[in-house]
Amino acid sequence: MQVAPSETVALNSYSPELRQQLFQYVLQLADTSLILGHRLSEWCGHGPILEQDLAMANIALDLLGETRSLYQYAAELEGQDRTEDDLAFLRLAVEYKNPLLVEQPNGDFGDTVARQFLFDNFHYHFLLQLKASPDERLAAIAEKAVKEAAYHLKWSSEWMIRLGDGTEESRQRLDKALGNLWRYSGELTTPTAAEKALQATGIIPDYAGLLPKMEAHLNHVFQEATLPVPQGVFMMTGGKEGRHTEHLGYILAELQYMQRTYPGMRW
Amino acid sequence: MVAKAPTEERIWQLLEEVSDPEVPVLSILDLGIVRGVKVDGEQVTVSITPTYSGCPAMNTIATDIRLRLLAEGIPNVTIHNQLSPAWTTDWMSQAGREKLEAYGIAPPVDGTATGHVLNLFGKDTAVRCPLCKSDHTHLVSQFGSTACKAHYQCDDCHEPFDYFKCHA
Ligand SMILES: [Zn+2]
Repeated sequence: MQVAPSETVALNSYSPELRQQLFQYVLQLADTSLILGHRLSEWCGHGPILEQDLAMANIALDLLGETRSLYQYAAELEGQDRTEDDLAFLRLAVEYKNPLLVEQPNGDFGDTVARQFLFDNFHYHFLLQLKASPDERLAAIAEKAVKEAAYHLKWSSEWMIRLGDGTEESRQRLDKALGNLWRYSGELTTPTAAEKALQATGIIPDYAGLLPKMEAHLNHVFQEATLPVPQGVFMMTGGKEGRHTEHLGYILAELQYMQRTYPGMRW
Repeated sequence: MVAKAPTEERIWQLLEEVSDPEVPVLSILDLGIVRGVKVDGEQVTVSITPTYSGCPAMNTIATDIRLRLLAEGIPNVTIHNQLSPAWTTDWMSQAGREKLEAYGIAPPVDGTATGHVLNLFGKDTAVRCPLCKSDHTHLVSQFGSTACKAHYQCDDCHEPFDYFKCHA
């Protein structure tokens, strides 16, 4: 890597325990953007129309950029010899802490739009809050990423409306996508024990504070899309603690192939 | 040969000669990504701000800065990647905006950043066609050929063109 990461201001003021907790959490954020970015990149060359192919590739690129900043920070927090590449490419599936939603397959364009909307609605509102984190590095990463996440949310919201309030078929497909994916949406805002501990320090935002704005935006989009908001669905969790659906292993097999086959390979 | 310590002024002059690999008419100073230059004896530090998080041009730009300075006999260069404050198109120079338009890319229209995500299907930013200068244009896609551009089309000359998005 030719660009040196920013110097860290606050690292030394953290206790070893807090530093370890923060390391795990930053990894979780990095894994989330990496896996979703990878999923979106699978569309490259296969999009329904050229403009949307480009849009998904652009969003993937933004997420991968965010991921790099996060893995670089994670590597510094860990303070061992691991680099951002080691963290991204040489860990096992159970060590990945991304929520289950982002590893779900692309399916058709409706599945991808639904997955993206559920994620963006969280990501954007989350980053808006993370910008105010007392951890200067996380705040800086969020400040950068939130501008991009705003474009993503606008894109996925508008497509939710086009497809939901579109043709009979587009509506049916989106409805089916939501029927499958909704169960993974709750994990985003359900804190794990590790997240609760960090929320108590004030370094990361309390997810409960995000919910009113997320719900308001979601309700608006669903109303415009003439879709009912699913109710009473049992929410799947576990990804953030390393318990994944079968899909993650397949993603990693492809994502890690080069580094596993040619260890230490660089651009 | 005795290496002469470079001055900050000289470094800024050399940076003016490093261009954006994706929009080669713009220097990296026009683009507004150089945040600072520090010279400490023979050690030079250049701070740059990425335009977009995943912009693949950033590594190339870092390499190009090193090569340009190396060609002047300045080998000790650190490129510092500064995330905050985040880059904004407000930092793009007036000269840069004119060069962009002459190159066929509509320059950013200030104050039109998409911060208002709740404004779905809102009115597109009015962008002047860089080719025939008509204001009758429409947005084709918010996501263009690179992360920093949107895709527009002119309703008068019908040419498609890139618009360098306002980012603030
Ligand atoms: Zn025109």
